Amino acid sequence: MSEINLVTAINLALARAMSEDQNVVVLGEDVGIDGGVFRATDGLVKRFGEDRVRDTPISEATIAGLSIGLALEGFKPVAEIQFSGFAYPCIDQIANHGARFRTRTRGRLSCPMVLRTPWAGGVKALEHHSEANETMFTNVPGLRVVIPSSPKKAYGLLLAAIRDPDPVIFFEPTRLYRAAVEEVADNGVAAPLDTCFVVRQGKDLTLVAWGAMIPQALQTADALAAKGVSAEVIDVATLRPLDEDTILDSVRRTGRCVIVQEAGRTGGFAGEIAARVAEKAFSSLLAPVERVTGYDVVLPLPRLEEKFLPNTERIGAAAQRAMAYA
Amino acid sequence: MIETKPTTAAQKETARFTIEYSQYLDKAGKLVAALPAGYDAQTVAALYKAILRTRVFDEKALALQRTGRIGTYASSLGMEAIFVGAASALAPDDVLVPSFREHGSFLVRGARPSEILLYWGGDERGNSYAKAARDLPYSVPVGSHSAHATGIALAFKLRKQPRASLAIFGDGATSKGDVYESMNFAGVWKLPVVFVINNNGWAISVPLQKQTAAETLAQKGIGVGIHCEQVDGNDVIAVQSACKAALDRARNGEGPSVIEAITYRLTDHTTSDDASRYRSDDEVKAHWEAEPARRLESYLTSIGKWTKEDQEHLLAQLKAEMDAETDVYLKTPAQDPVTMFDYTYAKLPVELARQKEQFLK
Repeated sequence: MSEINLVTAINLALARAMSEDQNVVVLGEDVGIDGGVFRATDGLVKRFGEDRVRDTPISEATIAGLSIGLALEGFKPVAEIQFSGFAYPCIDQIANHGARFRTRTRGRLSCPMVLRTPWAGGVKALEHHSEANETMFTNVPGLRVVIPSSPKKAYGLLLAAIRDPDPVIFFEPTRLYRAAVEEVADNGVAAPLDTCFVVRQGKDLTLVAWGAMIPQALQTADALAAKGVSAEVIDVATLRPLDEDTILDSVRRTGRCVIVQEAGRTGGFAGEIAARVAEKAFSSLLAPVERVTGYDVVLPLPRLEEKFLPNTERIGAAAQRAMAYA
Repeated sequence: MIETKPTTAAQKETARFTIEYSQYLDKAGKLVAALPAGYDAQTVAALYKAILRTRVFDEKALALQRTGRIGTYASSLGMEAIFVGAASALAPDDVLVPSFREHGSFLVRGARPSEILLYWGGDERGNSYAKAARDLPYSVPVGSHSAHATGIALAFKLRKQPRASLAIFGDGATSKGDVYESMNFAGVWKLPVVFVINNNGWAISVPLQKQTAAETLAQKGIGVGIHCEQVDGNDVIAVQSACKAALDRARNGEGPSVIEAITYRLTDHTTSDDASRYRSDDEVKAHWEAEPARRLESYLTSIGKWTKEDQEHLLAQLKAEMDAETDVYLKTPAQDPVTMFDYTYAKLPVELARQKEQFLK
């Protein structure tokens, strides 16, 4: 057992999956000798060889399409898309093909594959390197959308994603890659998919978030506690299929719900969660559901990035409004 | 081309290319080259039968469409030699990766006409062929399936299996980045995959000269460093022998190939299209002269291996088969609508289970 950061946890999970299943192959741009631009695949080519850790030509669409072909023949490809802003060309392959082979062939063919991509902002990266574009994928039936929020979750959820018989897109918050360390046992134990996690218990208010917004929500909960407000924090982790029960159970207890997402507001996944709370926990609500989100603007370049991203102040203000309402 | 004067004496030509074109039977059914090794009257007759079977299937499907018993349908009329030739070149455990009008390919691979009709009749179960269980189903998006063929070929290479995949797509698909990328990946890794271009001259209403400035589509293989050639796509012998050779090279570790098969779409793009809006009857009529079935009948007749009686007998047999298969199709019990929930994921997620319950109420 040792304390590791999130990107090392990804690396450990990949190595674990590759050593336990010959069908797991890693591919993508610069994943070989370079170890990936964030070093998530560091050392894998040395350990598992170039056949299983494959540098590809630069084409995100074909990395996805090629992975579909591999998966159809029984491999379990884990493809890296270098940045989430470059994942858009994959949508055609995922939505039109990968996520629907099982349905189209009534189970004859399926695509057990994972697309991993560094995701979302907060590291002052170049343009197109910081997009929180998960909603582009949460709209695709047959696909799983998974976002870890800590080294431990990254390890367990990635193992689960690789072992899952259906396609998964796995968004890794770049901001958390090296932000914190925690003890992670490299024991091959997967974390459950399709499950929301209560990461802090509370009774006055429910904060719902995912990815890099989890540390923000937890910090806000600390600040609220100092003011006598007890906030529960839920890490959504798998956005689709959504475990609404965990969220609804919490809101039914607390009566207040603040949802935090890094992406711009309109059409964001916070809206889906808000709708479910409104539909199914309406009578428990003591205050309107609040969303704390990015704005409906093009993601600003690094100098204004911080102004765009939800932070503890904005989350705290929303929580206070909910508390003040009733 | 802009002529530029050499600025240094070191300028030299580093590459040049030729595209080979092959044909065995001309449009009149005359042998213009010796049959390739392994071909005789019997093998040619078998190919002819498969082409006629495809055509009779097509006629049946069109009739069913007109009478509202299947949905929009993409006919293969005129292009049957490509679909039959390419699919019949495959070994049983190779994988076919088709576009959306390769009915002849599926028939050759063992799919039942009733299964194919079920798909075009709007029922997903039509994509789960009892035979041809590893072949991919029809792919409606243009060209993107080429990447699947490349991925499948990588799987074969990684497992060191002597197998190959074969993708078929149209001339229009060669304008898509997907196709270039798939060929490029296959070239870099020398993958066992064959890309067959069904160049039928038209991408719905857009003719080939508006699709590319390249002299041939085959030469797109040159750009990615892989073997490429052209064949008469209405000559099933040329198509099949080129595909067989390409598949053999693929299985022997010699890498991928591009085969541009030149043909003509003798019919509308689909039953929802009206080709008279963009091309003349005269053009279509001229291309009927070169269609793939008649030349085989002429050839086989000329060498005394086919008679009018054989022709009538075969047509009657095929019509009876398609009638019977239509019956099977029409009598297939409807899907239980609730099954639409059951194949989205391997295991029904909780939220989908709830939608299913709601649906059942």
